[in-house]
Amino acid sequence: MFSVNTVIHQPGSFAKEQLDDSFDYKWPEGGLQVIPDWVYTSNALYQREIERIFHGRSWNFVALEAEIPQPGDYLRSYVGPTPVVVARDTDGSIHVFENRCAHRGAEFCRVRRGNTKEFVCPYHQWSYDLKGNLQGVPFKRGVKGEGGGMPKDFRNEDHGLLKLNVTTLHGVVFASFSKEVEPIADYLGPEILKDFEVVFKGRKLKILGYYRNELPGNWKLYHENLKDPYHATLLHSFLVTFGLMVAGSKNGMIADAKGRHGTLASAKPDNVAEAVGAVKGEMRAYREDFKLADGRFLQYVREFDSPWSVTMQTIWPNLIVQRELNTLGIRHIVPNGPHSQIMLWTMFGYETDDAEMERHRLRQGNLMGPSGFLGLEDNEAIKFVQEGLRRSPSDKGIVKLGGDRVGSTNSVIDEAAIRGMYQYYRKEMGL
Amino acid sequence: MAPADPRETREARLEIEEFHADYCWTLDCGDVERWPEYFADDAVYRITARENADAGLPVGLVYADSKAMIRDRAFAIKHTQMYAPRTMQHLVTNVRVLQVKGDEIKAQSNYLLLQTLVDGPTTIQQSGRYYDTFVRKGGRLLLKERQCIYDTVLIANDLVLPV
Repeated sequence: MFSVNTVIHQPGSFAKEQLDDSFDYKWPEGGLQVIPDWVYTSNALYQREIERIFHGRSWNFVALEAEIPQPGDYLRSYVGPTPVVVARDTDGSIHVFENRCAHRGAEFCRVRRGNTKEFVCPYHQWSYDLKGNLQGVPFKRGVKGEGGGMPKDFRNEDHGLLKLNVTTLHGVVFASFSKEVEPIADYLGPEILKDFEVVFKGRKLKILGYYRNELPGNWKLYHENLKDPYHATLLHSFLVTFGLMVAGSKNGMIADAKGRHGTLASAKPDNVAEAVGAVKGEMRAYREDFKLADGRFLQYVREFDSPWSVTMQTIWPNLIVQRELNTLGIRHIVPNGPHSQIMLWTMFGYETDDAEMERHRLRQGNLMGPSGFLGLEDNEAIKFVQEGLRRSPSDKGIVKLGGDRVGSTNSVIDEAAIRGMYQYYRKEMGL
Repeated sequence: MAPADPRETREARLEIEEFHADYCWTLDCGDVERWPEYFADDAVYRITARENADAGLPVGLVYADSKAMIRDRAFAIKHTQMYAPRTMQHLVTNVRVLQVKGDEIKAQSNYLLLQTLVDGPTTIQQSGRYYDTFVRKGGRLLLKERQCIYDTVLIANDLVLPV
């Protein structure tokens, strides 16, 4: 099931998916304006991505502090595809370590989230504290008269869980396998930090709940989708018909200096009918006859000091921050082989919300998630792309809108942010 | 609370089973625009994962607190949403009547939702449970509340059609 829902030509059964490291990954002619299919299909490149990107010098989202507010709170999470545990110690500090016992490798934490004083591996009951230090080994000195036990030189300090580098920013927890990654604010860069702070700075989050889905498409396609404002104005009938994002209105595709992160931003036009009317001939998804029976759903409560009513942030390599009108959430991308990703959605509001505001966010949540009016269309489109890439012998796609321009743009009819991402990606990957 | 009258419970169960059969028939025929007719005007409809329900978290994969919102979703699915063609089968079993109080009945039922995509196998899209509150209006049952609580925590890509 899941990514093998396709029976005809299963993932991994075609030559261009089986390229190994001996293949000459030479970028095709056309430079920035083409993307070869093998970046989405090669298992060897996927392994390189895990090593150089997810396990390399990057900050990976692992949790929101609001999920683990109390000492002893913990949750299962992922850095790239690697299972980790995020725990808050009694002193309030947050620790991230591999969900793998240092003894025989058992993935010891099986509960999605909880509260504990220690972690005990169920297999041989080795125990670890909330920082991931080895506390106890049963029969460490063997049994009296029979010998056995650990060698004399065995020190618990040498056998703790593998600990990751941890940082937090405005209640968002990131982890890294690298000790050399720059401070998180520098990592994001000022262009991205600005809209990140609109959502998180000085605000206490209230978790509203979770969605999880498997998306049968390469993880980079999700980044690209949100660095592609062109699709937003064409695919999504809700954006088009209700003027939430219209070509020609005030929009922005903002990139950081390195091109790896992005903010897709738009401001709902004051006069929706006029804005939509000017361009509706180009948009097949526009539906003149679609009037909402319950108009509360798309109301916009101006709660932020920002010119944008929508900011969708792609934070390299595994985080999406969603502010779509008043529906807020993050998406945590867990890469799952070249053809699949797991998406973990956490929807939230603020502690200061009254009951009506919370309900408004829940109603508006129908836009997003695996059943959201926007969310499900993205998931479908990305699945279609992966199937096309995987099953056809043609070997590249084009990103020519806006020519060779790279980085931030005001126009939504541009693919500059996708080109910028691949410029950065190629450098990191040595391609 | 007085013990439930077994005959009343049995009658209610039969009535609910008929309701499920009609509701599922409408959806499985692809007649999604008739789906809102099974709800009362002030109906609440939510689909959410068991992990949310157990933790008391209010989010819905689908969250509607009026029949009008249900109607908007039905229209969107039928006319504006982009998704690959598919057919669904709902199988509903183990109907348990929890309470009969005048014209209001509370019940729970298990459901299995099967999905078939073009050139694909038939797969289990969701395994879950309905927690329903019915009201009687004009001689027929309508849903005042339907909570669809699913176990299938990792959704296969998306859930397009109603449960």
